[in-house]
Amino acid sequence: MANLGKQYQNGEVIVRQGDAGKCMFVIQNGEVEAVAERNGREFRLRKMGPNDFFGEMALFEHETRTATVRALCPTHVLTIDKKNFLGGIHEDPSLAFRIVQTMSHRIRDLTDRLAKYEEDSQQN
Amino acid sequence: MKMAEKLQQLGERVPKRQQSLPKTLQDGSRIAVIGAGPAGSMFSYFVINMAEAMGLDVAVEMFEPRHFCHRGPAGCNHCGGIVSESLVQRLATEGIMLPDDVVQRGIESYTLHMDVGDVEIATPLMEKRIAAVYRGNGPRNSEPLDTCSFDRYLLELAQQKGATVVHRLVTDVHREDDHMCVHCADQYSQNYDLVVLATGVNSRLMETLESQTQEFQRPGRTKTFICEFLLGRKVIRETFGPSMHVFLLDIPRLEFAALIPKGDYVTLCLLGDDINDELMERFFNSPEVRNCFPGGTIPAQACHCYPRINIKAARPAYGDRLVFIGDSGATRLFKDGIGAAYRTAKAAAKTVVFHGVSAENFKAHYAPLCRAINNDNQMGKVVFGFGSLVQKSRFARRGILRMTANEQNQSDRPKRMSGVLWDLFSGSAPYTDVFLRTLHPAYLGSLFWNLLAGNLPAGMIRNGHGRSEERNHVEH
Repeated sequence: MANLGKQYQNGEVIVRQGDAGKCMFVIQNGEVEAVAERNGREFRLRKMGPNDFFGEMALFEHETRTATVRALCPTHVLTIDKKNFLGGIHEDPSLAFRIVQTMSHRIRDLTDRLAKYEEDSQQN
Repeated sequence: MKMAEKLQQLGERVPKRQQSLPKTLQDGSRIAVIGAGPAGSMFSYFVINMAEAMGLDVAVEMFEPRHFCHRGPAGCNHCGGIVSESLVQRLATEGIMLPDDVVQRGIESYTLHMDVGDVEIATPLMEKRIAAVYRGNGPRNSEPLDTCSFDRYLLELAQQKGATVVHRLVTDVHREDDHMCVHCADQYSQNYDLVVLATGVNSRLMETLESQTQEFQRPGRTKTFICEFLLGRKVIRETFGPSMHVFLLDIPRLEFAALIPKGDYVTLCLLGDDINDELMERFFNSPEVRNCFPGGTIPAQACHCYPRINIKAARPAYGDRLVFIGDSGATRLFKDGIGAAYRTAKAAAKTVVFHGVSAENFKAHYAPLCRAINNDNQMGKVVFGFGSLVQKSRFARRGILRMTANEQNQSDRPKRMSGVLWDLFSGSAPYTDVFLRTLHPAYLGSLFWNLLAGNLPAGMIRNGHGRSEERNHVEH
């Protein structure tokens, strides 16, 4: 029995906020956390596990990574090349469906959080 | 006669009548998938997925006499068992992750063996993205394995989506009015709105279909050889490592040979023009092959088979309510057959869900992919033709060995030859892409220089580029 992808140890950084990115990642096993750094402080955005993906924005934009992602335990992560991904979408646009679906969930989650934040601000 | 009309004749036993049922999937439509290898299972998975997204309730029945839980040929689809780098990535993007018990070994390098020396080509990202898998449940007479075959895993995925498996052997498929009728060896017979042929090329059904009409041509085939050697994990780790060993030997009719490490076994895969005993004897007697095994001795074969592979697409690969996918339709020449099964299965699923099941629908939305694969195979023949020339020329082999070894030794150097060989061995890129990269002036210039330098006596080349100073390869 064997794992695919590259292994990262507990605490090891997989992508760093501000770095240029040309690929996305799919978690094969283990767990990672995405954290945003602002003014020297870290804010956890989300935890992710097997079959979740991250770093997908780099495939569509030429911007730098928006968050740091690091392993929370020994974790195998598979890299998806931009060339392979975009070539696949050119042949089969439905390949992007799962990514669009997940990005939609994340926007919904962020909208909920933003609404809650606004509500808390007004109450205070 | 139009291509679309050709399969209309397929097995017609009842006079053709005006078709009344719509040639699109409706709620309650029934689909028969003949064969539950990767193409059949992936088609079933995707067609149910897409139909669900469109709010359609379709019934998918997969006809497969095997269970993929028997060891040896009875539970195996007879294939080398490599899931390519590009397919691993596409499946992961689809959300289909290959579990640890399906992946027998992650491949992270290729070792090229030639009479002039060996060189290891590392994966560009230093990451295991090629999966060595079993197509069945392990070699004949092997101990029960705590693993799952690739085919069984995909079949279970399709079943989880809602496909049902019918363990019957299909002996005939023909058209009756506006349905397709499927007949089995035990006299079971059912009508379907669509039949998907995914039997591969080693099935008698394709022969039956070809005999029923002169217009249908089953895929062109050639005989290959696959066998398993039991060496044990420790020996495999020490001698083969996570590397697939490929051979470029001057043996006529041998196009490709590879040793693939998997768990306790190593799989040998020989591809070429009708592999026979004489060719195998020359292969096993070559020192490059013997030196791969402990003590230079070829161990006994635990299991072997002579499967045929598709080297020419079926014509036509579709008809009204009928489509051929995977090896039964169009596949890549010699490489990435599972990847072609995925691509044809998904293209066929998209066609039937979003467009319809008529020959016109398949011609407009499925045939372009088959054509693209076939056109790329023509370029593949050119690429393998060059490979045959290299096989015959020691002069060329020395140059290629030197160029590859130098690229592997210097991390900052463009890996032009390594990339070409990597994509050729792994099947990760289209042959057209591989061929075009060999026309790059920098590639040609470097190859020309290395052909010269590699064939000059050691010591005549300065600045660390001499043959004697290469480090990550072994010269014979």
